[in-house]
Amino acid sequence: MNSKAILMQGNEACVEGAIAAGMRFYAGYPITPSTEIAELSAEKLPKVGGKFIQMEDEIASMGAVIGASLAGLKAMTATSGPGFSLKQENIGFACLTEVPCVIVNVQRGGPSTGLPTLPAQGDVMQARWGTHGDHPIIVVSPSYVKEVYELTIRAFNLSEKYRVPCILLMDEVVAHMREKVELPDPSSIKIINRKKPDPTIKEYEPYKDCDGDGIPPMANFGEGIPFHVTGLIHDITGFPSTSATVTEALITRLMKKIYDNLDDILDYESIFTNDADTVIISFGSTARSVMRAVQIMRREGQKIGMLRLKTIWPFAHRAIQELSSQVKNLIVAEMNFGQLVEMVKASAEGRFYVAGINKFNGELIAPNEIISRTREVRSRA
Amino acid sequence: MGERTEIRLSGSGGQGLILAGIILAEAAILDGKNAVQSQSYGPEARGGASRAEVIISDSPIDYPKVMQPDILLTLTEEAFVKYKDNIKSNGIIIIDSSIRKSEPPVKIVSLPIIETANKSVGKVIVANIVSLGALIAVTKIVSKKSIEEAVMDRVPKGTEELNRKALYAGFELGEFQQKQYKNK
Repeated sequence: MNSKAILMQGNEACVEGAIAAGMRFYAGYPITPSTEIAELSAEKLPKVGGKFIQMEDEIASMGAVIGASLAGLKAMTATSGPGFSLKQENIGFACLTEVPCVIVNVQRGGPSTGLPTLPAQGDVMQARWGTHGDHPIIVVSPSYVKEVYELTIRAFNLSEKYRVPCILLMDEVVAHMREKVELPDPSSIKIINRKKPDPTIKEYEPYKDCDGDGIPPMANFGEGIPFHVTGLIHDITGFPSTSATVTEALITRLMKKIYDNLDDILDYESIFTNDADTVIISFGSTARSVMRAVQIMRREGQKIGMLRLKTIWPFAHRAIQELSSQVKNLIVAEMNFGQLVEMVKASAEGRFYVAGINKFNGELIAPNEIISRTREVRSRA
Repeated sequence: MGERTEIRLSGSGGQGLILAGIILAEAAILDGKNAVQSQSYGPEARGGASRAEVIISDSPIDYPKVMQPDILLTLTEEAFVKYKDNIKSNGIIIIDSSIRKSEPPVKIVSLPIIETANKSVGKVIVANIVSLGALIAVTKIVSKKSIEEAVMDRVPKGTEELNRKALYAGFELGEFQQKQYKNK
């Protein structure tokens, strides 16, 4: 890839980023508005020695991705709406068995089959809690086509580094729009690969935290180091256990390997927040409407800032807590009935007045809607 | 044209307007500008209303959708009726001459786009490329050199000459109209 400026679609940038990150396996069941990711993976993976499989459904796709990753390949699947729901059980399996994988969810209007061709951001909470039980997960969300490329690479890197499923949470707007991008030289991209055990190891304990970072080295199936993988709670040997001590140690380690590394995992952008009395928080394509609105209001001399989350989960409480005391209002703009706003309220702990701008009719929130809601919030008695 | 120019191409599904939008955005990039292209479509592949949007700007583009177009192209009466009132006051509407004009809110340019594609070029499917040629001759939103390069890059192999002919026919339509407009 040369560094020439080209017009590229969001879904296309996702596939380019995935291949640059080292994706060599894709299993999926195509669904609007994520279909181009499957199409382009089918076209491009064989050319780099990778494999593409169209499975019978989303459940099997997620299973195949986990299997491929256990065998040592970087694996991805992409879906939307109902497909994301179907993948949840196996996503939980990957969380507990610590199998790196990337799941792309291009959000469309829901619930159920909802609005297949129209945008939404209604899966914020599902991305965090769609699978049952306490589990860690990382979710990143791009606003620009170039950022789709960058965050897809980052999703693979984080997933490999922390042995955790990583979700690339897109929306129909950023997935289907085309915009000017200049892709970086592949040699300049930082790629992270999972830790592997010493190949001469005599007794491999697949879930032993031997480095003290909470991330056990992971052997590839088929390379002579067999081990047991189960969705049951397991001890360091990988075999099931119902011991309270083992259970507590495992769940604690799974959570700590993520929550002890927030400096590395969290990613957000603060714009004009230094002197702002009102900060608008958003992510994905909505952040572009907010950017427009903020620039218009700044030109009018209004002290408005914005906070754009690129890592959605774990939630960046610190981004809210570090806002200075002249900030009075936080407004959360999202294409749903109000999901991320609840996290912002929890972070605000009553320090800020928190309001939402919500749209759930299949249309992107427009800049003028953000401006009028901001005016309303700032002029409240 | 200001720093941000918004263009809406509208008609019915299958007329190739989304491809026209992609080509227009690519031509803008060849001109060294920023461009964003998006579309709206329903579950159907053909028929039904189809809309492609392109934003061209010298600076980075934030909001990726058209708010109020500077340029509106419509190939069907249905699209014209639907979109004609949402246009900037100094905007321009280019319509196929088969559309009955009603109450022009702004400057309207009516050109025999579909007829030209059908009769002079010989294939109605290139109406999208004729549209692009006409749009560029009238608005000069991108250079002729860049649009030609972008068309050649995107159209299927073996159809280059047909599409070049369509593009030139569009240029002619637009330029002829512009001359007449000046002479009035």
